[in-house]
Amino acid sequence: MNIVVAIKHIPSIADDLPVKGNNVDFDSVDFVLNEWDEHSIEQAVLIKEAVGGTVTVIGVDLIGELDNALHLALAKGADKVAKITADDPAADSHMQAKWLAEAIKGMGANMVFAGVQASNDLDGQIGPMIAAYLDMPYIGGVSSIEANGDSATVNKEFAGGAGAKYSVSMPFVAGVQSAPKPPRYAPVSKVRQMAQSATVEKVAPSGDASSGLAFKKMAPPVVTGHAEMIEGSSKEVAAKIVELLKSKGLA
Amino acid sequence: MSNDVFVITEHMDGKFSDVSFEMVGKAKELASALGGQAVAVVVGGGVSSNVFASDSTIHVDDAALSNFNPEAYGKVIEALVKEKSPKVVMFGWTVTGMDVAAWLSAQTGAPLAAYAKDVRVEGGSLVVSSQAYGGKLMAEVAPEGDMAIVACLAGSFPVEAGQGSTAGTTMASPVDAGSLKVKFVEAIKPAGGDVDITAQAKLVSIGRGIGGKENVELAEELAKALGATVSASRPVVDAGWLPRTRQVGKSGLKVKPKLYLMLGISGAPEHLEGMKSAELIIAVNTDKKAPIFNVAHYGATADLFEVAEAMLELL
Repeated sequence: MNIVVAIKHIPSIADDLPVKGNNVDFDSVDFVLNEWDEHSIEQAVLIKEAVGGTVTVIGVDLIGELDNALHLALAKGADKVAKITADDPAADSHMQAKWLAEAIKGMGANMVFAGVQASNDLDGQIGPMIAAYLDMPYIGGVSSIEANGDSATVNKEFAGGAGAKYSVSMPFVAGVQSAPKPPRYAPVSKVRQMAQSATVEKVAPSGDASSGLAFKKMAPPVVTGHAEMIEGSSKEVAAKIVELLKSKGLA
Repeated sequence: MSNDVFVITEHMDGKFSDVSFEMVGKAKELASALGGQAVAVVVGGGVSSNVFASDSTIHVDDAALSNFNPEAYGKVIEALVKEKSPKVVMFGWTVTGMDVAAWLSAQTGAPLAAYAKDVRVEGGSLVVSSQAYGGKLMAEVAPEGDMAIVACLAGSFPVEAGQGSTAGTTMASPVDAGSLKVKFVEAIKPAGGDVDITAQAKLVSIGRGIGGKENVELAEELAKALGATVSASRPVVDAGWLPRTRQVGKSGLKVKPKLYLMLGISGAPEHLEGMKSAELIIAVNTDKKAPIFNVAHYGATADLFEVAEAMLELL
């Protein structure tokens, strides 16, 4: 089984996101692996462990710092890693999907996984776009994939535990919502070992696509309402919350 | 090319979702400004399509499409928009709309503006306000080209404006079901046996800030002391710290309790969809700029563990 996992390196939303012009000030933010990609890597490694095969993880290197995420993927069980050397932090999902599709085209993938979404998917997610560019079917919101020969049984989530089971012929692209098991932990020593020994294949960006969106403005949301902030130490905050709940008959 | 605004509606078990009506209401406004018609598009059988306040309704009525199939729905909608050339195609940014909107964008070359909170016409052109980066920023974008795809966050527009009745024009499906690579097998029902969080008056809801499975117990203790139930945001459930039945949000359940006490939840748009109608929302988070503080009634920038432990001493 040949599984390719397409990942996205995105600005971290744990910190402030400064704006420059009509977009994020990419020079002032940290880039991190999209959290859903951890699940798609886990799903790929689980399938490899079940039926054998190869897992290749590939992403667009937007700022020259993707290696860490790729070494981590290797430490978690990926066999090969590659980066598309773009050096364009503002590359949108369409652009990234096109480059990824061109790179994946010759890999003979049976399945391509991508995180179901990313917080910077303003122009949509890369998974369905890679599917369109590669002329493969796409299914997203996926919570488990089992490979059976040349097809797979795929569970898609709707809401609140409801979902549906699909049978999907390979090759296909899946947008992974969550792996059947929480993403595994890779010890730092193993990641370091990968960083020293592993080869990251470099792929030049090929192809062209654009979101077709003209950015007019990017700014923190205009706050129409704001919580009444409870100030003080944690104990004081706790006391005020309990008092508030008691006054409303909720405690 | 027309100036029509198409709304790709969503239904399950014979019922349309609220976001379908929300979008039809908005589409009427847009169509009127663009000089076109608001067209509700219904894909699939087993549902009555005569429920929208649209100018017209197209019903691709085929029993083979009754259950959502991303490949089939994509192909049906692609064929439809190629034939009718609408100016705008609206999807819900939902578990089903997300499967098709970006695919259609790459397939047709039409731009997609996702996470849309507002759509308007300015000087004859479309302008979309979208949430970006987990709600930390808002982007204003103008789609270029003849057709634009807009994927709207549920709860952005009023439901009532889209409710009404317009008899649908029935169309046969242009897609040969036998040729599909994605096949619906069966529905998966939610696992029973757990509490129904939608029926609880009080919820203590935990997010990524809870840090690990071993800390869930603290939230359970606090919930017990308050006569509440523990619910969670998606990362907590994906990590396996709580069952799927406890998840609030877009891919979880929608709740409307009297009390929603949030510990360590930043308030991504997907989570807000599931809880913003709660009567009293109190949020404790260490990030003073967390989007949740724009939605909560009361908030505190504090360590959730210290606050929870101190509350337990007082209850």
